[in-house]
Amino acid sequence: MEGFIYNVPFMLALTLGSYLLGVWVKKKSGLSLLHPFLICIPVIAAVLKFTGVPVGFYMESNRMLDFLLGPSVVSLGLLMYDHLETIRKHLLSILVSVFTGSLVGVGSVYFLCRFFGLDELFIKSMEAKSVTTPIAMDITASLGGNVSLAAVTVILCGFIGTVFGPMIIRMFHIDTPVAKGLALGCCSHGLGTSKAIEMGAVEGAVSGLAIALMGIMTAIVVPLFNMIFPI
Amino acid sequence: MVISGVFIIILYYVLGNVVSSLTGHFIPGSVIGMLLLFLSLVFRLVKPSRIRPVAEFLTGNMTVFFIPASLGIMEQWGLIRSGFIGWAGVTFITTLLVLVTSGLMQDFLIKAGKKISGKRS
Repeated sequence: MEGFIYNVPFMLALTLGSYLLGVWVKKKSGLSLLHPFLICIPVIAAVLKFTGVPVGFYMESNRMLDFLLGPSVVSLGLLMYDHLETIRKHLLSILVSVFTGSLVGVGSVYFLCRFFGLDELFIKSMEAKSVTTPIAMDITASLGGNVSLAAVTVILCGFIGTVFGPMIIRMFHIDTPVAKGLALGCCSHGLGTSKAIEMGAVEGAVSGLAIALMGIMTAIVVPLFNMIFPI
Repeated sequence: MVISGVFIIILYYVLGNVVSSLTGHFIPGSVIGMLLLFLSLVFRLVKPSRIRPVAEFLTGNMTVFFIPASLGIMEQWGLIRSGFIGWAGVTFITTLLVLVTSGLMQDFLIKAGKKISGKRS
């Protein structure tokens, strides 16, 4: 029995199968708030617990999928190219808005962590949470935070923006496609972008650009912010 | 040829990594690769049609690539549990704050820009 389970193909099938199950349940239930992750992560966790396969082995076996995050970020270059005109037209305002988002992101994490009484390790691991995983991990490492905690926080962030983003966007009457895509890319990196792509091509392209700019600006904002407000 | 599309994308990833390591890993290779690919498309060094099928497959399925890392929550559970409410609460509030401030700012700037150019014409 163990031989069937304790191997790479089974672990890959577990990821893809649980995801498809999540997509299927979401579709059948018609609940837009039911993100596939809400089904798929607990299912995978339960299977690992039940079979006694270590999480480390699972993550190791799924390296292939992890790896594809890199090329998929590179591929966003095409999406940006497809909307070259829109980006050129709005470049200055995009830069200003992303900078606003970056500063608000870092500052609000710092002050709210203090408010909720979270210790320094949490602040260090969360300041970079709105940017794409590789950048967030690098920033966290340079702060001396917990890199794995940062990665999980980044994903939670992506999840929250994807699930609640469209609703909040409507609530605050953010109605230009450029602003919608930018907001999703700024707060929820790649996961936000996948939502933005669903909303429209312009949204997707601006969102992709926002991932890059948000990452670069946050890498600059974090050390500067911590010079003024030491952790 | 799908393989040539895969090759070009991986090539830009490699280029991005090279530039990234030369600049002290300040910006990750994937992000530099994305900007380099974008510039190469603008300057017609790469044909969009060559990479489109692969690029669209990858960007259309990004969600799936985040799953394995999400299970890191099982490994970090001991730490997260010690401050779970705070951790989840801060993440929730700050994520939506970033969404609203960046979105409203962008929306405002676009609409203000339109008004100004509208008055001029």
